[in-house]
This record gives sequence, structure tokens and C-alpha cells, in this order.
Amino acid sequence: MPAPLLELENLQKYFPVSTGTLLRRKLGWVKAVDGVDFAVWPGETLGLIGESGCGKTTTSKLILLQETPTAGTIRFGGENISALQGQELMRYRREVQVVFQDPYSSLSPRMRVGDIVAEPLEIHTDLSREALHERVAEVLELVGLQSEVARLFPHEFSGGQRQRIAIARALATHTRLIVLDEPVSSLDVSIRAQIMNQLEHLQQTLGVSYLFIGHDLATVAHISHRIAVMYLGQIVELADSLELCAKPLHPYTQALFAAALPSHPDQRHEKLRITGEVPSALNPPSGCRFHPRCPHAMPQCAVEAPVRKDVGPRHTVACHLY
Amino acid sequence: MAALLRVSDLQTHYFSFGGTRVVKAVDRVSFTLDEGETIGLVGESGCGKTTTCLSVVGLLPPAARIVAGSIEFAGEELTTKRPRELRRIRGRQIAMILQDPMASLNPLFSIYWQVAEPAYHHQGMRGRSLRQRVRDLLRAVRIASPEVRMREYPHQMSGGMRQRVVGAIAMAGGPKLIIADEPTTNLDVTIQAQYLEVLKDIQQESGVALIFVTHNLGIVAKMCDKMAVMYAGKIVEHGAVRDLFRSPKHPYTQALLGSMPKLGSKEPLYAIPGHPPNLAQPPSGCAFHPRCAHTMPQCVTRDPDYHQVGPNWTAKCWLLDKQPLEEYASAIA
Repeated sequence: MPAPLLELENLQKYFPVSTGTLLRRKLGWVKAVDGVDFAVWPGETLGLIGESGCGKTTTSKLILLQETPTAGTIRFGGENISALQGQELMRYRREVQVVFQDPYSSLSPRMRVGDIVAEPLEIHTDLSREALHERVAEVLELVGLQSEVARLFPHEFSGGQRQRIAIARALATHTRLIVLDEPVSSLDVSIRAQIMNQLEHLQQTLGVSYLFIGHDLATVAHISHRIAVMYLGQIVELADSLELCAKPLHPYTQALFAAALPSHPDQRHEKLRITGEVPSALNPPSGCRFHPRCPHAMPQCAVEAPVRKDVGPRHTVACHLY
Repeated sequence: MAALLRVSDLQTHYFSFGGTRVVKAVDRVSFTLDEGETIGLVGESGCGKTTTCLSVVGLLPPAARIVAGSIEFAGEELTTKRPRELRRIRGRQIAMILQDPMASLNPLFSIYWQVAEPAYHHQGMRGRSLRQRVRDLLRAVRIASPEVRMREYPHQMSGGMRQRVVGAIAMAGGPKLIIADEPTTNLDVTIQAQYLEVLKDIQQESGVALIFVTHNLGIVAKMCDKMAVMYAGKIVEHGAVRDLFRSPKHPYTQALLGSMPKLGSKEPLYAIPGHPPNLAQPPSGCAFHPRCAHTMPQCVTRDPDYHQVGPNWTAKCWLLDKQPLEEYASAIA
């Protein structure tokens, strides 16, 4: 079995919260990411799903080195990334890229498409002008655009085409892992399928790994090989995509499935049994963080935080029920 | 029984550059809605869903005008009404829920006053009875401890809570019709599910009719009785939700359903090629022909008519014209 490409181990990120302008007083910590571990294998798509404020984006920022973790380690190709320096660090930044949700703000309106896609190459490689142009044309064609569009500006493209440009930029440097932060949620329905098929096709031809962050269960489940469900800074369940769809075990995962919209009017649906909203990460509930909303809460849930344990092949869940 | 709302051959155009450029945002749209019924208006951005709704409530921007067609609501013609008369209908008989609850709530007024306003103006309620009404409305949208919440301001509430307040405002005038324009797009999935449940309960209790504007077919499957699929300003297929999901007739409806990821299935998605047309330069003939999988020569030159494909079920496609229905059904199967 090959080694995992990316490994997160007990990753934590706490943000201090303070009040007052002159006499700053510490109020406490927002535990945005609190003990997350998962691995992404080469050529795999790991879906990370959860509601807003659950720490999905902070996790991606930690991986992209935009934030430094409070504790825990991230290993990429077996190496701890917080220890990387110089050339090694540049290599990591070259091999891990990101595609954001909104292609209207992630592409500079003042740069031509060719320059946008070439920018990571200029930083990370010493290709000649011709070689650079060649590579830009190559990746643009990979994502289904014509190489002539390199002369144009982003405003000349529709949302779906812009997202293709963002993907081309992420691929340009022979990337091994792309963090996709809700890459299709701002697109029209008919365009979403185009981009998702394109991403799947790219993965098959290039063997790149994806960390696919999203909140729409059907979309994430469709594209991912495995899915990690996140709630208030913690992974509550992790399983193969189809296994999770067939047998969601954690009450929160079950709630997400009950909340998912039907794909057909005849589809039978379980009634949503959770109420209320995600509590603040500033004062997370004691014990299991889901217990105030959980329909199966037991006395021990309020006291003792459950640890994630194996419940089947490649299926782990953090819940006292199992 | 007469329909509550009957929109027939509605045409709303946007005029720019002194009327020299015309965008046909809504082009001969017809549908009916009975009391207590829910219709979903489905389509991609820029297909004319929102303009259709704004025409119904008479809130079109200055550049837009209804150039033809009629909108009949509870037996009254709305297109010829003066603004004054429309104001008496809006908020009392027709209410609207918009996409962004932060933008539709005034940050400077308390929740109490914003929910009370329609009842204050339209029903002339005051004092204790008004307070009681607000409390009941907030309870109806399942806001816990309404006494406390109604003294608060929008910024003190979460997104889901705000959208419920907007729902309470919509219900405040006791309307017969609520138009909900993408009401859950900004909400998290579990909050969205809770909100849709609330809307369903409200509808069952009050018998209000709903127009759901959305691009999400899942919401239509969950909430609506019938649906109208819009493309480039026109309704291309219109019928009962069950029928359209089971055997869609228009290639666009088929494509939309095929591009929708289904839970627990890894079947490849159907990707509609190209992108939605720009209504300032619409394609010739049938507007869908550049993206359609079944384009024929006449699709490029002539716009097809509506064809009756079942009871209360119409679709607008050349495929339905030439071939008998059975033959067509086997062709797409």
C-alpha cells in the first residue's frame, strides 16, 4: 500500500478572542479546529463536509500554510510541513494548490488569462518564455479551453469558464494536491456538472489528489472517494462515500442526510430530528459537541468526549452509541 | 373553481439606450396557480424567473415594462392597476420573501416593528392585539421565546432566524399568495431543511399559495405540486412535478435532471455543453438549440409551439411536433 500524500494528525487551531481597545482582556479561545486527523492518498478525492463555522475553511488554510497550527502536525509525502524551509518549502507550495469558491474574485481583473495561469510558473520554475507559453497553452487545453484565450481578460468569461481558468492555474505547476473550497457552489446548475466531470477527468489522467470542501451532500458524495464529516472543529465520521450514503452512523451525519433535498418527489424521507443551530465555537458544549442537538443523547455524552473508533472497514465514527 | 393567479402570455421587456435595445426577459409566459397550491419556477440565472415574479407584484425596476399579457389575481387584473391600488394588494394579499434576509430587514428597526408593520397598515391593528399578532406570527415560524426575540434587532440573530422573521413578515398581512425568491440559498443544509418544514406547516395551516423561485431541483421535488421550467425568458415545460421528474419531455428538463447529483449514486452526470444565453442576443429559433442534444434543422430557424403532452402538461419542442408521442418516448429511452 502506498503512503498517504497528506496526513493530518491531531491538528488544532485556536483563535484568541479579546475585548477592549486599550486594556485588552482575553475572553477565551475559538477552537476552530480541534483535534482533526485524516489522510489523503495519492489520486484520491477526500470530501470534507460540514455547515458554516465548523472549521472546514480553517483546516484548508492550515494545509495551505496561511495559518500556523496551535498544535498537531501536517505531513506531506511523509515530511512535517511546519519544519520545511527554503527550497523544500517552495516545493510544497508548488505541489499544493487551491481553487476558491468565487471565480469572480479569485482572478485578477487586470491580468490576462495567460498571465494568471503563468504566474505560479514564473514563481516556481525558470522556464523560458516559449516554454512558459507552451505550458500555459497545455493546461488551458487540459481544462477544456482553447489556448487562444490566454490573450483575454477574466471579464470576458462566464462563471464556469472562470472556474476552469482557476483550475488551470492550480494545475500549472505539476500539482499533486488541490484544495477545492466549494468550487461549484457559486455556479449555475448546468455548469456545475461540467466542472465536476472535468475535475474527475483531470484526476483520472493526471493522478492529482483533491480535498473537496463543500456543504452540499449530494455534490460532495458524488465526486469523493471518501468523506469526512466535520462538526464544530472535529471530524465526527469518516468513511467511503458509498458506505457513508448507505450507512451513516453518527447522529449528525444522519441529520445531514435527513436534511438533504430529495432527488425525486417520490423519494421517501426521514423526518429531520435535530433542532436549533450550530453552537458557537467560543464556548463549545462539554463532552460530545453534538449532544445538545442530538436525538440520542445519553448522560455520558455531556461529560465525556467520544473518541473516533473503527466500526467497519475504513469507517470511523466518534459517538458513544457505537 | 377559478384559479387564484392566472398569468397569460406575459411579456416583460427591459429597455435600454432610450428604448433602442430591448431585452425580452419574460417572453409569453403563462401559468396558473390555485389556492393553497405550490408552483416551482426553475431555471438558471438570467432566465427570467425573478422578472416574472416582480411583474406579478408590480415591483419592476424603471427600465422594465410589461408590454403585453395579463396577470389575473383573485379575479382582478393586476397589469392595469395604478401604483396606489397595487400597494393595497402587496403585503396584504401577495407577499414576497427574498433571497438575502439581511438585505430585506431594516437594521434600524426592532423585529417587533418590522413584523407588525403589515398588520398595522393593512389591518389597522394597534396596541395589545397587534402585540399578540406579532407573538403568534413569530411562534408560527417557530422562533423560541418570541417575547424576548421581538425586542431584538436583525444583527442579533443568525441567518436562519432572520429568514424566519422575513417569513413572519410575509405572513403578517394574511396573504393568499407568497412569492419566495430563492429563500434558502444562503442557508446551511440543516437550517434550510428546518425552514422548508416551517414554510410547509404555515401553508397547511393558512392555505396560502406559494411560488417558489429556485435553481435547485431538490427544493422543487420536496416542496412543489407543479413546476415551470424556464429557459431564456420562456417556459419550456410546465406540468406536475411528479410527471416532469418521471418522464421529462423537453431536452432542457431532461438535461437539468441528468446534471443533478443523486445521493448514493456515482453515475456520471450529464453536463449541458455551453452556457446560458445572453438575452440581449438570444439564439435564433429555439433558444436552447445551441446546447441541445437533439437539434434538428428547424430548431435553428423557427421557435417551436407549445404542445399538450398530458393533462395540464405542456412542453415547447420540435421533437413533440413531428413524431407521435410513443415513438418519441422510445427514442429518448
